[in-house]
Amino acid sequence: MTQFFEQISIGEKLELGQHTFSSEDIIRFAEKYDPQPFHLSEEAAAKTHFGRLCASGWHTASVFMKLFVATSDALHRQALEEGRTPARYGPSPGFEDMKWIKPVYAGDTLRYSRIVTGKTESRSRPEWGLLHSDMLAHNQDEKLVFSFKATVFLERLPR
Amino acid sequence: MPDLLHFEDFAPGQSFDLGSIAVSKDDIIEFASEFDPQDFHLDENAGRNSMLGGLAASGWHTAALVMRLLATGLLNKSTGRGSPGISKLKWQKPVSPGDRLSAVAEVLETKDLRSKPDLGLVYVRVTASNQLGTQVLLWENPILFQKRQASK
Repeated sequence: MTQFFEQISIGEKLELGQHTFSSEDIIRFAEKYDPQPFHLSEEAAAKTHFGRLCASGWHTASVFMKLFVATSDALHRQALEEGRTPARYGPSPGFEDMKWIKPVYAGDTLRYSRIVTGKTESRSRPEWGLLHSDMLAHNQDEKLVFSFKATVFLERLPR
Repeated sequence: MPDLLHFEDFAPGQSFDLGSIAVSKDDIIEFASEFDPQDFHLDENAGRNSMLGGLAASGWHTAALVMRLLATGLLNKSTGRGSPGISKLKWQKPVSPGDRLSAVAEVLETKDLRSKPDLGLVYVRVTASNQLGTQVLLWENPILFQKRQASK
């Protein structure tokens, strides 16, 4: 991220890029972290209400993070090249309202984006602020399939 | 499969022990390399100089590990039919290399689904603690379970 806490505006939208979920990746993630039948094989998924192999909701969420970090890194490098000081992100205390709205099936391509919804100053950490955002993912049919309300520490302008 | 837990088997106040899982440094770096390559999840020094105070697992990794415990410890012994989402999740303490996480699911509420008479929603609070008994993660979410008998 190039912008510091003070420089980012509510309503700002950032495109985070897209990702195609292959059946290999879906199965590899599920074997490690979410071994339920509908995430493990087409055959097993066909016998469940999902009907087809679909990604673990945590896989959909983890890919959000992958794209968010890649986008932030690219903006960070760009700021350095342009001679600006980029702001750093800190950790996140958590999130609310994560919605797995539609299944993410093998072969689906999701496009992720972020909309800034609010900012809170941190009383305990004066050099950081808390940034609130809606994180969204749309599939190849432009249907919203995933969303959550994120909160993350973002560095404030040096004073 | 007579032994599977159905919607009717859940009631507020019940608690399910989901077992435990160890978290190695290699696991932390492997997950972070693919999904969350921030330096405090990849490198000891960077972790020490960050708000986390040491190399720490990605919060998404911690959530995924707890999901594994929920799947193996409860959902795969039930008629679980997936979940519409997570109402809230808190990453309360960093997870460090060598930690062992134990998880528990408590039933908060059970609800019929008007639109799907053969299914019900069970709201659970899932918590994970490390080997010192310190709680590191909490989430609350509704999970769909099949009923033994569809409501009319």
